[in-house]
Amino acid sequence: MKYIASIFAAAAVALTGGLAKAGGELFIYNWTEYTPPELIEKFEKETGISVSLDTYDSNETLLAKLQAGATGYDLVVPSQNFVPILVGEGLIQKVAVHELPNYKNYKDEWRKPEWDPEQEYSSGWQWGTTSFSYNHELYSGKGESLAEFFEPSEEVRGRLSIFQTPDEVISLANIYLGTEFCSEDPKVMKKIQDMLLAQKDYVVALNSETMSDLLTSGEAIITNHWSGYNRLGRLAGAPITYAYPKEGVVGWFDSLVVPTSAKNVENARTFMNFMMDPVNMAMLTENQGYGDAVKGTEAYYSEEVKTAPEINPPKGLNVVFAPTCSPKAQALIDKVWTKVWQ
Amino acid sequence: MSTWLPKSASSRRWLGLAPSYIVIGIFMLIPMVIMGVFSFLEPNPYGGVKAVGSFDAYVKLFFEYDLEDQLVFNPGYINIVWRSFQLSIMATVLCLVVGFPVAYYITLQPENKRNFYIYLVTIPFWTNLLIRTFAWIIILGRGGVIELPLQKLGIIDDSLRMMYSDGAIAVGLTYSYLPLMVLPIYASLEKLDFRLLEAASDLYANRWVTMWKVVIPLCKPGVVAGCILVFIPCIGAFIAPNLLGGGKKLMLGSLVQFQFSSARNWPFGAALSMLLLSAVVVSLIFYARAAKKRALMEGEV
Repeated sequence: MKYIASIFAAAAVALTGGLAKAGGELFIYNWTEYTPPELIEKFEKETGISVSLDTYDSNETLLAKLQAGATGYDLVVPSQNFVPILVGEGLIQKVAVHELPNYKNYKDEWRKPEWDPEQEYSSGWQWGTTSFSYNHELYSGKGESLAEFFEPSEEVRGRLSIFQTPDEVISLANIYLGTEFCSEDPKVMKKIQDMLLAQKDYVVALNSETMSDLLTSGEAIITNHWSGYNRLGRLAGAPITYAYPKEGVVGWFDSLVVPTSAKNVENARTFMNFMMDPVNMAMLTENQGYGDAVKGTEAYYSEEVKTAPEINPPKGLNVVFAPTCSPKAQALIDKVWTKVWQ
Repeated sequence: MSTWLPKSASSRRWLGLAPSYIVIGIFMLIPMVIMGVFSFLEPNPYGGVKAVGSFDAYVKLFFEYDLEDQLVFNPGYINIVWRSFQLSIMATVLCLVVGFPVAYYITLQPENKRNFYIYLVTIPFWTNLLIRTFAWIIILGRGGVIELPLQKLGIIDDSLRMMYSDGAIAVGLTYSYLPLMVLPIYASLEKLDFRLLEAASDLYANRWVTMWKVVIPLCKPGVVAGCILVFIPCIGAFIAPNLLGGGKKLMLGSLVQFQFSSARNWPFGAALSMLLLSAVVVSLIFYARAAKKRALMEGEV
């Protein structure tokens, strides 16, 4: 369903953006269903810059595309653990985010994060958590522990769905087992591999797109899920609950960065500045339902967003942000994944 | 004839063929050469390649380093290749079983109706493959088009669990590539001289014998072409295994994709593609040789 929606969204943006506008152009390459059209319209109206949108489905796709020499994008939206890789590979450029006028609105706790210590490259888009969700009409558990996901009970046999890419699944496994992220120790990875192999008997599908549909149809009872994406499914009527297991959840922080090959750098900075205005950022959060890094957005939130469990996690929740893995650790992750799913 | 054309016939021939050479060169040879070269390089840890020659990608197809850094035989990737072959063969056979009667039926129709039926066969191609595959999720899924009536009638209680299985992949592949089977078979059946069937029946051949000894041998080129056209895209198929099979068992297409995304091992992905390519080329060469031999034999007779 995501593909279809994104095709329509892209077509809509292409149509509106197709009209020649005075302020020049801006090409955004963002995750699917991650850019509300009304936000783009507002930006176009205020600045006269016409925006084109293209979408991807994972950080890996973004990296591969930029590595392969894709040009023409002015803004891309990687997660925190991919920012240092993009910097290291020379694929994104310094745009002095900290000098933008609206940077004054940026929340202190997100200023100069470890993945961009001088805030030269990135400004926040949305941040959220990765955990699992369950169909509360079909599942008897309460989503209190990651054990329910990694060592499921019999009722979940053949009805568990996990993400298609290894990184977040293995990060969650690390939290569950209490092992360090990006481990280079084969023994640790062997332990994770054994656990995933045992879990495999319970898995019905690998899915990173239609989790809420899987849960609604009952094809799966438990799926990997992202907090805000769970909210969107819930608001659409899916009988699903996002789990906050006691061991903790994986956190991620997506930010706007400018590729080295960008042609409209100033327009990209204008968009970054636009997004640090609380009115606009609140619009995004309202639509997406993740957290943001801009002060004063709360004033514009609807009652629904203020109370949504996906946006307001329980106090004391252990949120762990994944660092950038070394090539050796990444190779072990891939080895484990291929071994499990070969 | 204008004077700027080259004088000799052979240069003229070259000039005339130049557009097709350019198209083949740009759209086929250059990408393939890039793939071939990449497969002999070392991977860059974060995607891309390092300009260092290496056979590692090909070694990796069969061997791996275990925890003690010993090179040991690893059947994992060969299993994936074998699984892809099995599923492709299954889908090809299903396509043939469904497609042959369809093509035969269309051939038997009056001439003015045939084109309309052929047109109907091609209609699914007008819709994006992704969307057509999604439709199968609704058909095969839990509480879907097939299950719901059975549940309402009380024939089944639980789900049939048709989705996310090898069967679902085979159905999806069969559906996707069926027109590629029907069209070539129809093309060869259309040329069939139906008086031969009457002759067979005059000689006391029953329907089955007529089918096996007359119809099928005569439309064999169409059947073989159809099988090749279905088999080749099936083996690299990527959408059906992921959406209908749930991506639980890696297939060749998904494995190649994984190398270029998560695993960031472009040379290995390229080596897998080269393996796939050579398997296809070898089978095509065998087909071409067999066809040539047959043509010669028929010529002698």
